[in-house]
This record gives sequence, C-alpha cells and structure tokens, in this order.
Amino acid sequence: MPELRMVACCKQVLDPEASPTAFKIDPSTKRMTLPAEIKPVIGQYDEFALEAALRLRDAVGGKVTVVSLGNKLVRDVIKKALAVGGDELILLENEAFEDSDSWTTAFAIVKAIEKMGGCDVVFCGRQSSDWDAGQVGPGIAELLGWPLVTLARKVEAIEGGLRIEQVIPDGYQVVEVPTPAVVTVTSELGNLRYAVLKGIMAAARKQPVVWGPADLGLEPASVGAAGRKLKLNRLSQPVKEARCEIIAGETPAEAGANLAQRLREAKVI
Amino acid sequence: MEEHNGVLVYAESAGTKLSSTTCELLECGRRLATDLGQALSCVLPPDGAAGLGQEAAARGATRVLVPDVSQPGSSIEAHLAVAVAAVETYRPAIVLIGHTSLGRELGPRLAFRLKVAAATDCIDVRVDPATHALMMVKPVYGGNAVAEFSAASAPQIATVRPKAVSAGEPVPGRTAEILPLKAAAPEPKLKVTERVQQVVEGVKLEDAAVVVSGGRGTAGPAPFAGLLKELADALHGAVGASRPPCDNGWAPESMHIGLTGKIVAPDLYFAIAISGASQHMAGCSGSRTIVAINKDAEANIFREATFGVVGRFEDVLPAFTAKVRELTAD
Repeated sequence: MPELRMVACCKQVLDPEASPTAFKIDPSTKRMTLPAEIKPVIGQYDEFALEAALRLRDAVGGKVTVVSLGNKLVRDVIKKALAVGGDELILLENEAFEDSDSWTTAFAIVKAIEKMGGCDVVFCGRQSSDWDAGQVGPGIAELLGWPLVTLARKVEAIEGGLRIEQVIPDGYQVVEVPTPAVVTVTSELGNLRYAVLKGIMAAARKQPVVWGPADLGLEPASVGAAGRKLKLNRLSQPVKEARCEIIAGETPAEAGANLAQRLREAKVI
Repeated sequence: MEEHNGVLVYAESAGTKLSSTTCELLECGRRLATDLGQALSCVLPPDGAAGLGQEAAARGATRVLVPDVSQPGSSIEAHLAVAVAAVETYRPAIVLIGHTSLGRELGPRLAFRLKVAAATDCIDVRVDPATHALMMVKPVYGGNAVAEFSAASAPQIATVRPKAVSAGEPVPGRTAEILPLKAAAPEPKLKVTERVQQVVEGVKLEDAAVVVSGGRGTAGPAPFAGLLKELADALHGAVGASRPPCDNGWAPESMHIGLTGKIVAPDLYFAIAISGASQHMAGCSGSRTIVAINKDAEANIFREATFGVVGRFEDVLPAFTAKVRELTAD
C-alpha cells in the first residue's frame, strides 16, 4: 500500500471547556472572549482529525502536514500538533485572515493545499468548537472536487483509497472511498495521543511555515472578513436567571422523596 | 442579478410519509413565504414514495417538485443533483433543509456548489421586514452564545435544527402544482459495504415524554442499566447520556444527547450527575421541565433546571424513584 500525504486542519479556538460563565462578548468587536489566563486550545474535533491522520501514517507511512488558519496564533498551543507527531506545520497567519467564515477559510486552505502540491487525504474536524458551522470540510471537498466522507470514527487505508467507519443514526456504516478524498472526523474515533518528551522537544526546535494571502495568490477581497459570504449581524449571550428551586431534606434520601412530592404537586409527574 | 423568488424546502421521507423535520420546515417555510408575499415550493427526495407530494401540499407547498434522477438510489450525489436542479430551475430566494444526518452534509455542499452562503443548525429563521433578507439565528461557542447571520447572495440557505420550530396541521384538500424535475447525478463515489444499526428497544429517545440522562458523574456503565433505567421505567421514559459517558463507553452513542448528538424536547428531563455544559444543554434545552441531581451545588445545570437536589445521585435516586412509583400508582 502506498504511503499517504495527509493534511490535518487544526483551528486555534477559545477553550470550549471553560465555564459557561467565563464567556463574555466584546460588544465593540462582536467577538467572544475568555479571561486572559484561560489559554486557547486546538479545537476538540480537530484533535480527532489529527489523530486519524497520525494513525494512518503509523499504519502505511507518509507525511502529516498540519494546516492552521487565523491570526496571532499562539505557538505554544498550535505546536502541540507537532509535539504529538505531526511532521510539518503550515500557518496561514495574517491579520487579513481574521473573522473568516467557512467560505473564506475553505478557500484559503484549498490554495494552501495547491501550493503544497496537493495531497491524498484532507482531515477536518466535523465542526469547529467556536462557530459550530461544520462547513469547512464539505467546502474543501466541493472546491477541490474530491469525494467527502463525514463523521469518520475509524479510517484505514486500502488499495487506491480508504475504508471508513462512518457514524449514522443509531450505528455506523462501512464506506470505501477512492483517494484523494476529504474526511471529517468525530469524537468516536478516540482521543488524540499524548505528546511524549521527545516529541515536545522536537516540536520546540521546529519552526512553522507561515503564509499570508499574497503567498497563496489571494486577493484581499477574497480573504477573511472582506471575503465573507455569511455576515454576522449580532452575537449575544442568552441571559440565564438562576430560577432553580432546590429541594432539600435531612438526608439525601429524604430530599429525593421531597422532590417527588414537589414534582407531583407541580403536576410534572 | 436575476430575480430570486420564493421559499424552497428540501424534503426528507420517513417510510411513506414526510419526516417530522420536513413537516416542521414546511410550516416554517409557509410563514416565511407569507412574510415575503411569495410562494412555498417543496422538492421531494429522489426515491421518495408516491403520496409525499400530497402531504407536502396539505402542509402548505403550492408547488411540489418530483425528481426524475438519471441514477437510481439516494446517494448524496443524487440529493445534490436534485437540490441544484431545483435551485437552478426555480431560483428560490430561500432554501430550507433539515439539520439532519443528510442535511448537515447537503446544506454546506449545496452552498459551496452554488457559491453562496449557508448557515447551519439554525434555531430560528425569519424575514427582516425592511430588507426582506433572511435572518438566520444559531447557537455558537457550543451554545454559550447565539449568532444572527445574513447572506448577501441568493439563494440564502439555512439548515434548521430538528424540533426548533413546530410543525403545523396539515389541511387535507389543499392542492399544489406537481411538476417533474430532471436531474443528472454522477456515479456515487462512496461504496457502502456494511451497515450496523442498533435496534433501539422501547421508547425512542427523540419521542419520549420523559428522559433520564446521566453525565460524567455516573462514573461508569452501571447506573445506565441500573438507577437511571429504573427511574425511566417508572415514568415510561427513555435513558439518555451526555457526551463523556458515551466517549468513555459507559453508554452507547445512540443515547448521546447534545450539540453533536440527539436533540430532545420531552415534557420532563432528568439531568443526573450532569454538569450542564452548553454542548449538552443544546440537546435538551427544549425540554418543558428540567430536574437536576448533582453533588456540586455550583454546577451550571442548576442555572438551567427548574427543580434540583444537591446530593449524590446514588443516595437521592432510590428514594426518589420509590416515591415516584408510590405517587403514580393511583
């Protein structure tokens, strides 16, 4: 089986595991923020996508190039992709890439893939942990004209292509697809491996390749906020009033019995 | 720019009837079309049963498109070919697709193929009275915020979250123009070699009036077969789970309720040892009443629930379930 050239798309996002109360919207920029002490992370589903690529490389050999688009990317955070075993890191990093939507993100990544000389598989997370749009993977497939398999929970190489277990409602199906192909990955694939010390030290020595719009032959009007097709009119936070009635008791068991009474009283049961 | 007019709903079927999500979309589309003073069309899926057209008409479509696809079967390529043909022939201003396992792939791919924008997993879509543009509202940041989007290009495409809008009542006797739609689909590139689906026993999670869900604090598979199931049985409900138990293999993925799992809106939702993270609330916030049991008084779930007990579920549930049985015995 031939070895595979793979791209894994990783996005730096605000940590989705932060407490809901820590998230605050900056009204002037219409951007979400977290307190400075909470470091950004690589998106949850992007980590599964990277793990899928690394497992394939372990099985048949090849190269995993991690591509990340954004601005002011924190090296510490994004280089985790190298520390866990990614071979190469390409940052599409420039102020012009700020406030991209799915369209401008997919378009720029496709230009980067073309500049790299193509690849055999593009791995994306099923959706980003910030905008939850789930469109970049499908968008890359459409722009490249490649087949797409979504919600992969297992990916294996076969002659001329991939055999993928794809999550479907209440189960999964086994799908064969020819390469080159785009695959989006879901959490059932399993967690990204831990970085070992050797990998962390190697990553510290590697420098990412950095490309801006000009390097990709992109006009400013087709990039980031300028090129967006979906306009963000408003970003707001639902106001949550704590209106929970706490039912107590001398013991947890008594509280349980009291809860049942209260629910009966309220005609809930 | 060519005039784009009307609302188009992309239908999905469930057996010989329209899927429940499609019924919701038709009601939503009907209201949007009324607000625009334009028509509602419905394109049926390839391989759809006869009679779907009548149902679509009863639910408000005045034009129904019946696909005639060059390739048999219902591959994604066939769905895309039908959707593209419908848009290119009838030039709708708005396209509504369910955010289902089909729709979450069809919506974005249709948008990129047509070089327009889509907003996915919308919980509300409405027409701006001044501009007639479609406002598409969806949760972002895992449910920690809500974004309102619009798109300058046409058609405006939105995939709509199941159960976000209610289906209306069908009006038998309503008629629609029934038109054939020719679509040429390329050979499917994906080959399905095997399908493994778990047969769900008892009440379907999405349809249950009562759901008892366990979270990370269940710390293992036992409660899902034990305490949680006992409570669900006492109330004729179903058992669900947040993401961590599914990722850890304590509960099957088919029980997963959340942003990337099932969306449920039962009358009564029990959140047992669930922290109440936004990604999970996205799956259950439509519930009429949420009851939380969690040993952590600071857990976010207590900001979401109507009733709660602070305590270990192992200590609270047995007495709770026993009392529920006693009270509901009459």
